[in-house]
Amino acid sequence: MSDSRVTWSKYSSLQALYPLAGRLIPWCAGAAVLFMAAGLYLGFFVAPTDFQQGEAYRIIFVHVPAAWMSMFLYVMMALWAGLGLGLKARPSFMMAQAIAPTGAIFTFLALLTGALWGKPTWGAWWVWDARLTSELILLFLYLGVMLLHASIDDLRRADRASALFALVGVVNVPIIYFSVRWWNTLHQGASVSMTAAPKMAATMLTAMLLMAIGFWLYSMAVILMRLRCVILERNSQPRWNQSAVEPGVKEIRA
Amino acid sequence: MKWGSLSEFLAMGGYGFYVWVSFGTTALCMVWEVLSLRRRGAMALRIESSEEGINHG
Repeated sequence: MSDSRVTWSKYSSLQALYPLAGRLIPWCAGAAVLFMAAGLYLGFFVAPTDFQQGEAYRIIFVHVPAAWMSMFLYVMMALWAGLGLGLKARPSFMMAQAIAPTGAIFTFLALLTGALWGKPTWGAWWVWDARLTSELILLFLYLGVMLLHASIDDLRRADRASALFALVGVVNVPIIYFSVRWWNTLHQGASVSMTAAPKMAATMLTAMLLMAIGFWLYSMAVILMRLRCVILERNSQPRWNQSAVEPGVKEIRA
Repeated sequence: MKWGSLSEFLAMGGYGFYVWVSFGTTALCMVWEVLSLRRRGAMALRIESSEEGINHG
C-alpha cells in the first residue's frame, strides 16, 4: 500500500477513511472469492437438476444474487445520499458516488441473465411485465444518478443534485420487489420468502445464498476501491482549482 | 458428481449457451470492474504525487 504517498489537503475525516478502506479491501475480496467458489461448486456439482426447467435453472445462481444486489445497492446509495444531504457530509456523498456504478453493473447483469433465462423457459428474451420493466427503470435511475453527477462541474452541486435524484428514485425499489405480488406477471414469484417454506431443494438454496454473500462481499471490495479513487481525485482537485480560481471565490465554499 | 463427462457438463442439458453466457458475462464484468478501478486508482495516485512535485518540490 502506498498510502503514505498521499498528501492530504483539507478533509480530515478522509485521511482516516482512505487507509481504513484500503485495509478492508483484501479481506472482502478474499472472502468474496471463497464464497463464490463454494457457491459455484455447490450450484454446478451438488444441486440437482430442476424437474421443470432442466439445467437452465442454474442461471438462478447469478441472476437472483445480481438482482438482490441491484436493489440492495440502490437503497444503500440512497441512504448515503440522504445522509449526505441531511448532515452536509462529503464522505457520505462520496460513498453514494462509489456505489452507483457497481449497482448499475449488477442491474445490467440481472437484466441480461434474466433474458438468458427467459428465452429457454418462457420463449421470450423480454416481456414488458411489471418486474422486468421496473428493473429496467432501476438501470436508468442508476445511469441518471451517474450522468447527473458527471454533468455538473461544481462538485457540491453535483453531489446534492444526484443525491436528490437518488432519493426520489428509491420509490422504485419496493415496486420491483413487490411487483410479482401486486401484478400478474410472467416472472416467477420470490425464490426466498420469510413467511413460506423454501420452494427449492436445500442445496439449490444454499448455493444461491453463498453466491449472494459472495456478490455482497465483492460489492464491498469494489465500492471501497472506488471510494479510494474518489477520495484521491477529490483530494487533488481543490488544489488544481485553487490556482485557477481568483482568491475571492474561495471564501464561498464553507 | 452428477456429470458424466466434461462435454456433458458444458452442454448443460442443451442449455449450455444460456448458462455459460450468463456466468461468463458476470465474470467478465467483475474482472473488468476490478481492473478498471486498479487503473483509475493508480492514475489518481500518479496525479497526487506529480502534483506534490509541482506544489512542494
